Amino acid sequence: MSQVLPGPHGAPVTGHVPVLRLGEILLVTLQGDLHDSTAQQLQEDLAETIVRSGATGVVIDVSGVEIVDSFLGRILAEIAGQTGLLAARTVLVGMRPAVAITLVELGLTLPGVHTALSTEVAMELLRQQAPSSRFGGLRQESQ
Amino acid sequence: MPEHAEGTAAEPTREVRDLLRRRREQIAQRWADEPLFRAVFTVSRDEAVEAGKTVVDALAQVADAARVEDPDAAGFSTVREQLARMGVARSRSGLSTAQVSSELAALRPPVENLLVADLPEDAPAEHVRDCVTTLSVLMGTLRVVVMQTALSEGQALIDRQRLQLLEVATPVIKLWDGIVAVPLIGTLDSARSQVVMETLLESIVEQQARYAILDITGVPTVDSLVAQHLMKTVAAARLMGAECIVSGIRPAIAQTMVHLGLDLGTVVTRASLADALGYVLHQLGVGIVTPGTNGAGAR
Repeated sequence: MSQVLPGPHGAPVTGHVPVLRLGEILLVTLQGDLHDSTAQQLQEDLAETIVRSGATGVVIDVSGVEIVDSFLGRILAEIAGQTGLLAARTVLVGMRPAVAITLVELGLTLPGVHTALSTEVAMELLRQQAPSSRFGGLRQESQ
Repeated sequence: MPEHAEGTAAEPTREVRDLLRRRREQIAQRWADEPLFRAVFTVSRDEAVEAGKTVVDALAQVADAARVEDPDAAGFSTVREQLARMGVARSRSGLSTAQVSSELAALRPPVENLLVADLPEDAPAEHVRDCVTTLSVLMGTLRVVVMQTALSEGQALIDRQRLQLLEVATPVIKLWDGIVAVPLIGTLDSARSQVVMETLLESIVEQQARYAILDITGVPTVDSLVAQHLMKTVAAARLMGAECIVSGIRPAIAQTMVHLGLDLGTVVTRASLADALGYVLHQLGVGIVTPGTNGAGAR
């Protein structure tokens, strides 16, 4: 079945955003205009990947995104919410000033989302504050 | 009087026009002695007379076009700039609008005297009255033109200054590696807070600053609108990955904010810029050690 399914707005599904795995962290880079259906696909992909891989953190690089509408803003907030439910944390990286102002004006302040200026800082943030494993708290004391 | 060859039945407007053309020199001479021209053209009287002549010419042109009541008449366009300069010069020297207006009104009597003197003695009273009225209307229109141009000049000045204020009032200071501060000064309205937000966010990217301090020591009052602007800036900075600290909250302002029920929510606040800097340095793991104790102080 190589049938192309139409997206929510009648346009064909344009594809997946690649989700890279770096140890316990998943890295997603968003580029340019993101189609609504692609964003929804990403949301599903991320949930599945987290469950499958046991990742503890998701880094979403939005430095290549110039325009954010309310839909993408909501998707980002939902991704953060579902990631939290799966015991992982979301860090948004490199948001442009214009995009930040737009989101604030739209009233989307993304309260549950962590943010960082660069991917490096985001990785550091996740390493510092993440529980050592998914069974958080149970650490083996080495003598 | 040979000039009255057209007959006494001339229309008042034409009468005034002829007078202005005929008596151009005398009118300009008399105007040069009036306070308005004396005060503007301080260097030489000749200059004042020349300026007076241009104005008389313009008035004659307006009368010629029979548009004595129209401040937009083409005749005024040639002297508009000069009139504006005169009006602005008088306002700058501290005169109120009403005073400038009465100085302009003082230009009328000399012309009126000449007009009455030039009319034949046997002219019907009605005609004399009509001519005087026409002249008054024309001079009134001149006043309107001067006031209009002076006002628009003032408006342009205000606009320029507002722009300058926007540029001046929003410096972003780098306090430390990864720490920027914005000392906010003056009332925060929508336009200014927009500029503050934009410059702050740009510098956060530029400096890769993880902390931004908004110092509101120079903000005279904080109401719900200002608080909302602050919250927006803080939220936008957070979205970019920087933490905002609001500092410089004076006791009176703290009280007002509590009275108004303003909630800055999760924003970190400190009383002074020094406190805010101390907090941020602590967060970054940077310590300050007093010299001379070899770092073995109480810290």
